[in-house]
Amino acid sequence: MTVYAAPGSADSTIEVQSRYGHYIGGEWVAPVKGGYFENVTPVTGKPFTEVGRGTAEDIEAAIDAAWNAAPAWGSTSTTERANILLKIADRMEANLADLAVLETWENGKAVRETLNADIPLAIDHFRYFAGALRAQEGTISEVDGTTIAYHFHEPLGVVGQIIPWNFPILMAVWKLAPALAAGNAVVLKPAEQTPWSILKLVELVGDLLPPGVLNVVNGFGVEAGKPLASNPRIRKVAFTGETTTGRLIMQYASENIIPVTLELGGKSPNIFFDDVAAQNDAFYDKALEGFAMFALNQGEVCTCPSRALVQQSMYADFVPDAIARVEAIKLGNPLDDTTMMGAQASSDQLEKILSYLDIGRQEGAKVLTGGDRAKLDGDLAEGFYVQPTVFEGNNAMRIFQEEIFGPVLALTAFDDEADALKIANDTLYGLGAGLWTRDGSRMFRAGKAIQAGRVWTNCYHAYPAHAAFGGYKQSGIGRENHKMMLDHYQQTKNLLVSYSPDKLGFF
Amino acid sequence: MQRVAVTGAAAELIRRLTATHGPVMFHQSGGCCDGSSPMCYPDGEFRTGDADVHLGDLDVGLDRPVPVWMSRAQFAYWQHTHLTIDVVEGRGAGFSLEAPEGVRFLIRSRLLTDEEYAASGEQPQ
Repeated sequence: MTVYAAPGSADSTIEVQSRYGHYIGGEWVAPVKGGYFENVTPVTGKPFTEVGRGTAEDIEAAIDAAWNAAPAWGSTSTTERANILLKIADRMEANLADLAVLETWENGKAVRETLNADIPLAIDHFRYFAGALRAQEGTISEVDGTTIAYHFHEPLGVVGQIIPWNFPILMAVWKLAPALAAGNAVVLKPAEQTPWSILKLVELVGDLLPPGVLNVVNGFGVEAGKPLASNPRIRKVAFTGETTTGRLIMQYASENIIPVTLELGGKSPNIFFDDVAAQNDAFYDKALEGFAMFALNQGEVCTCPSRALVQQSMYADFVPDAIARVEAIKLGNPLDDTTMMGAQASSDQLEKILSYLDIGRQEGAKVLTGGDRAKLDGDLAEGFYVQPTVFEGNNAMRIFQEEIFGPVLALTAFDDEADALKIANDTLYGLGAGLWTRDGSRMFRAGKAIQAGRVWTNCYHAYPAHAAFGGYKQSGIGRENHKMMLDHYQQTKNLLVSYSPDKLGFF
Repeated sequence: MQRVAVTGAAAELIRRLTATHGPVMFHQSGGCCDGSSPMCYPDGEFRTGDADVHLGDLDVGLDRPVPVWMSRAQFAYWQHTHLTIDVVEGRGAGFSLEAPEGVRFLIRSRLLTDEEYAASGEQPQ
């Protein structure tokens, strides 16, 4: 068992300055208006540093720097850009443990996850897009014997990216890697709940990129996010968050006639067919883990499998085993590598989760386990901890329809495959889904019928690069995590060339 | 029948935000991260349309009541509940006006009574 030292403490290798400015044009600069805001670690609920409170003036400076850098960056060879992404990945890998610990300090998630998922995935993401870029080819269309259409990939120029707080580094990298690979310069705004870990990443790798290619401005949404999203000098905006802000960003984009990619969440069904319980074997054990996956990252995942649908014919046997698996979750100090579930990312997130525990009870859902805030001891007493909770109810309840973004599972039974699909698809969203069965034809049939962009089949919460990730319905627009994201950061130049000496004859 | 209400603390904050930003509006969010939070914008900043439902207006002692909106699709799943806009300490994301104040609007919900539900004219799902 290892308990990592808190960043900034005497025993830690991670330095924490008292305050951080913005990263613009390859330099650390103070906010134009001189404002800073406190950054709190959810581990203890206490502030540990300050970061720049950006305003429109800082965003303009960052966009200036980005436009200064964009033409040269966009015309570097793909080999050169890919090599830089590989160097970023190498340096992150050499500092993996520190990045994991500081991400845990920032966000509150268990270090076991940052060590084994967040940071390794971020590293691999840079490598994937380095490879995807090298392998990308334009196309040639032979329209007729003497007319050829050449299609070239070109960068968009300067793009804006607004990052969520649930995986601050990984979600930033999901957006940065394809944007940089495609040859764009970026102005990135981290979430105001988690503004610091991305700055630490930039401290580590910023020098590998030409100045101005990557710019980071922190601040509040209304003060810094809006001037970025509505700016007429960006060529695309990418956002992960909720639906109302997603619509507002689309509205701003419509004013500037630029594309958006949006990832707006879900209410993912996790469906367990009765053949799962046909044997008490390794696969059954894997399915029980799949049930407990709602607690990964404290439930703060857009694809949290927050609705469990269990076939009635095995319900009485399977559910007690599944609840036992949930009750074995070790909640505790996120810096302890044996902790399975850490703190919620912010106090208002904690309040929101508690409000859903209230509405779930009011609606008559039955608490099978958990159901309250968790109080830890010592330094952690003021941290934002919630017990893993399972409600039993029906799909019309609000806890079945809204993304609580906490370790709260809504459980219900279904009769047969048609019933399972009806319940699974009765939601506004369509980001992820889980499907557990030993029947190969059902995997295909039901997997195709679920209206979601990603159907994990006999697995859950795997996020390998090379598997497209994105939403149906109100869950958003675009597919991340895959080479197709390069297209979202590129525009097509077509040269339509006639090799014929003959005129058309019109004039 | 009133579907939305506001706590005293939230009303106080709305008056302060109005003094700074002019008249405001709410649109109830859904989805990831800060989803399910009521977002507060300068009135008209967020364009509502046929895809939205006007849930009601908050009387917080201003000349003009504060309108509260939700998307129609979301309302289908929320229509059986009464909503109260409250405020808690914290830091919301999105572009909601209160975030720089170190506080966050939060929705508190209760089930509509049978009488309220009948008066609302909505059909139970």
